[in-house]
Amino acid sequence: MSDTLQGRIDIDGLHIRLGQGKQAFEALHNVSISIEPGEFVCLLGPSGCGKSTLLGALAGHLQPSAGTVRVDGAPVQGPHPDRGLVFQQHTLFPWKRVLDNVAFGLKMKGVERAARLAQARELLKLVGLEGFEDSYPSQLSGGMQQRVEIARVLINHPRVMLMDEPFGALDAQTRLKMQELLLDVWSRVQTTIVFITHDIDEALFLADRILIMSPRPGRIIEEIRLDFARPRHAELMTSSEFTRLKRHCLALLHPEGKVIPLPLVTSATPRLQFAT
Amino acid sequence: MNSSTLNIADQFWQPQLNRLLLRVASVIACILAWQWASSVHADFGLVTFQNVPSPKEALLAAGELIQSPKLITHLVASTSRVFGGFAAATVVGIGLGLVIGRSRWLEDVLLPPLEMLRPIPAVAWIPLAILMFPSSELSMVFITFIGALFPILLNTIHGVENVDARLIASARSLGSGRRAVFTEVILPAAAPGIVTGLSIGMGTAWFCLVTAEMISGQFGIGYYTWSSYVVQNYPEIIVGMLFIGVFGMGSSVLIKKIGNALMPWYLLQRKKT
Repeated sequence: MSDTLQGRIDIDGLHIRLGQGKQAFEALHNVSISIEPGEFVCLLGPSGCGKSTLLGALAGHLQPSAGTVRVDGAPVQGPHPDRGLVFQQHTLFPWKRVLDNVAFGLKMKGVERAARLAQARELLKLVGLEGFEDSYPSQLSGGMQQRVEIARVLINHPRVMLMDEPFGALDAQTRLKMQELLLDVWSRVQTTIVFITHDIDEALFLADRILIMSPRPGRIIEEIRLDFARPRHAELMTSSEFTRLKRHCLALLHPEGKVIPLPLVTSATPRLQFAT
Repeated sequence: MNSSTLNIADQFWQPQLNRLLLRVASVIACILAWQWASSVHADFGLVTFQNVPSPKEALLAAGELIQSPKLITHLVASTSRVFGGFAAATVVGIGLGLVIGRSRWLEDVLLPPLEMLRPIPAVAWIPLAILMFPSSELSMVFITFIGALFPILLNTIHGVENVDARLIASARSLGSGRRAVFTEVILPAAAPGIVTGLSIGMGTAWFCLVTAEMISGQFGIGYYTWSSYVVQNYPEIIVGMLFIGVFGMGSSVLIKKIGNALMPWYLLQRKKT
């Protein structure tokens, strides 16, 4: 711990415009965030608020229109294994067995086969998937697929892990299990996590700090620090402090108890666009 | 323990067996209907069986061909033409398909002329094939090549263009460069489409065989079929057709089987959806 910790994120005056011509719109408006190394930050906001856009800029898949995004002082220029991405729908390679999927990052680094498979085995153990090394992704359940995805990102020892509603497609039971697993894994690996969700419970349960975003154009409208002791367990969700904070978040996301109108669906709905 | 596993096996095999029997029965029924129609010289107005040889005659002609020493020469000539054309179409079709699928510029440059050539039937290529290739053997291979090329090309393009962009994004995030994205993501993701193209292309190469072997020669199943027509040996026409059908289906299935063996993950994925 005496070394300088890695994984510091500095976003300064970030603007991002998406779409072209008349369809163009501002997805992010003047966003500035600083995240400490090893911090767990949740971005909470209504759908279409630009959370995914922010993550895309951090990942290096989207270019800022103005402002800077830095990790450990270096500007983000394109995707890099130092910044691992996990999506809601897994992006495992269906033609690779679980073990080879996890080892993929090391293969890209030129690590020889025996060594990278040994490391991949270790990581599968870490996410509790021993015995599934030779399965194909399609043979696993949704929760298991996300565990493989997390292991595949972690093998690169990323400074930052970017998670875009990673448990959004799972049933409630599995989701809770995965949240506990993620916290357990994170306590054993030195990495910063930026986690997107629109689930208030999830954000409160996981994060050191929650950043709440406004509807489009996305801005940070509130910052909540959470001092719940770690390790955290499901009982936390029934504590009075948890409920108080939840009420606070609800009020911010649904002001004056009004029903927030559904976001307008245009052909340029702000989804992450990838350079292929 | 043992009896219960047997039971499960039975439950699995029984319907499979029933379906197989049904399929065989269907083929037999068709042949019986044909036998009846040709033996009574049935005339349905629109279509008539008055001059159509019966299955029995075809069978006798087939027996004659099978016993003839020429059969092996016919088969060797035809399969080498089909496989020659198919191999060339595989190289050209997959190669062009990969670059066209990946680059919009190359798609604009290469695809329009190819699309213009696509609707031209193999038979219309015969005069040009004769003019372009000094060897008649090569011009026949060219015809089967034309037959196999487009299914392979179009399926490859389709396979490449439908690669999930998220997989590419995630590969890049995991440290893949352009080359690795191509070999690790695009090729395997397009592989099922390519195999489908190869399997269809194999079929269409056989489909063009009679056309190809009209060009010349003394040997080949297509030549045998065509020359039987010219000298009015009607049962032999049927024999030639059957041989082409059986070999075309067989080699097409073979490609599919090889593809499935190389892509076990693909079958698993399809079973689930």
